[in-house]
Amino acid sequence: MSTLALTVRDSSTMLRRNLLHARRYPSLTLNLLLTPIMLLLLFVYILGDALGSGIGGGDRSGYLAYVVPGLLLMTIGSTVIGTAVSVSNDMNEGIIARFRTMSIHRGAVLVGHVVGSVLQSVASVVLVGAVAVAIGFRSRDAGVLDWLAALGLLALFALAVTWIAVGMGLVSPNAEAASNNALPLIVLPLLSSAFVPLHSMPGWFQPIAEYQPFTPAIETLRGLLLGGEIGHNGWLAVGWCVGLAVLGYVWSTSRFDRDPA
Amino acid sequence: MNNLAIAAYGLRKSYGDKVVLDGVDLSVPEGTIFSLLGPNGAGKTTAVKILSTLISADPGSGDIRVGGHDLTTDPQSVRAAIGVTGQFSAVDGLITGEENMLLMADLHHLSKVEGRRTAARLLERFDLVDAARKPASTYSGGMKRRLDLAMTLVGTPRVIFLDEPTTGLDPRSRHNMWVIIRELVADGATVFLTTQYLEEADELADRIAVLNNGRIAAEGTADELKRLIPGGHVRLRFTDPAAYRSAATTLPDAARDDESLALRIPSDGSQRELRYVLDQLDAAGVEADELTVHTPDLDDVFFALTDGVRVPAPTKVAAR
Repeated sequence: MSTLALTVRDSSTMLRRNLLHARRYPSLTLNLLLTPIMLLLLFVYILGDALGSGIGGGDRSGYLAYVVPGLLLMTIGSTVIGTAVSVSNDMNEGIIARFRTMSIHRGAVLVGHVVGSVLQSVASVVLVGAVAVAIGFRSRDAGVLDWLAALGLLALFALAVTWIAVGMGLVSPNAEAASNNALPLIVLPLLSSAFVPLHSMPGWFQPIAEYQPFTPAIETLRGLLLGGEIGHNGWLAVGWCVGLAVLGYVWSTSRFDRDPA
Repeated sequence: MNNLAIAAYGLRKSYGDKVVLDGVDLSVPEGTIFSLLGPNGAGKTTAVKILSTLISADPGSGDIRVGGHDLTTDPQSVRAAIGVTGQFSAVDGLITGEENMLLMADLHHLSKVEGRRTAARLLERFDLVDAARKPASTYSGGMKRRLDLAMTLVGTPRVIFLDEPTTGLDPRSRHNMWVIIRELVADGATVFLTTQYLEEADELADRIAVLNNGRIAAEGTADELKRLIPGGHVRLRFTDPAAYRSAATTLPDAARDDESLALRIPSDGSQRELRYVLDQLDAAGVEADELTVHTPDLDDVFFALTDGVRVPAPTKVAAR
């Protein structure tokens, strides 16, 4: 078999292992899914009126439209916290030492985690999106291409933060540390344009919020689903995703290649 | 002479200032059981980790070949030839025993039919059929160890590393494991076994190397090692501390055990030597409460080699 065929075969074996874990122990996945759905309901039904008039969008349904793109990305952030935790747990299992002494593709363990996690992220995004639609979210004249582009961006974003989360899981000695280390992935959306517009933030903070990874992705999603100007945000978002994915990949694989303690 | 399944020269490994392996030579002929014997912390597990490609040896080490392949330049070929069952179980506790077996079959690129057949055969052989559908985390220690070994055998490895395979097992499970290990070699595999139990090495191994402080203190067959301590010892035990002290003065050769008021006198157990000891005691007017004669066993060798008191280490028994 060629190297590529071996890589694909071993990685898909590892992916099946991870999906089996997720199916046997769904509680972690469900807990992490609950957070964005709770936030969605909280921001729309409890804070929606005040925040809606605050952003000048008027009412609750206006705010629903505003907040959904950010919450979809936050869903990804919270899913990959689960990835960091399960990678860290996995590395403490004896079976990883066994994998390392077997003639299998070296990166297969990590690729299995990444693909499994991206699939979970996409599934979670679809679910949170469905809840949003159920409570009244509607896109404004977004065509099929816009929807596909939006889904593509979400998948790419998931890939990028998943590789980062895998690296965080690898450097964490245990599950608690992994969950703490991955916390920025769920805090960063709070410091973006997800919930309030940039111009409502203090002037000194606006550049930070504007150029951190979440804001360009959120603005691009808004442009695709709700119409409006995407501008440089599209390239910025794709650039961030590619950069983070490469960084996370290099970090994780070099970390995994080191001698275990 | 057979081909060597494992050949390592000048194996070195240190973590910072701590030297774990300080130039260890190992050679294991194909189809034999080799036992690396040593106390906790002697470096046994480190040796297994290096030989099984889990960690790398220090740059100062010599050539290391396992299964005919060079460890540094061709680790994937080494991996294809070996199987490892470690001291800590290497099973996936979240999935069932059967799923663990099928996972191994997939990673060895067996076809679906072949994978199922191999898994079923090994589960049967290791008496795990009833537990096959239960999560491995619910298994007892002995079952986990059997599953672990069953997983190792899915790829029919030619060289099998067993790192303390019976540590923590009850006597029955230990004996079952011994039977299995003998079968492996009967099937043509080479077994590299580490253990801290002398009985186990004596029972199973064709050759034994005693590892102490990162060096091989002695190497040979069990009999050769036993010959290192020519006569075993006489043990005298006292209840009266005064009698113990005067006996100790009378017999300056004796190793003292002040806690249990016992003396160990090197002796070949012959009538003449025994009489000498008794005469000395009589002359001093002391009487031991208990006298036992120990013919040499591996325990004596082990203690002699690993505390460095009676036999100067390193000693090498000439290979025959």
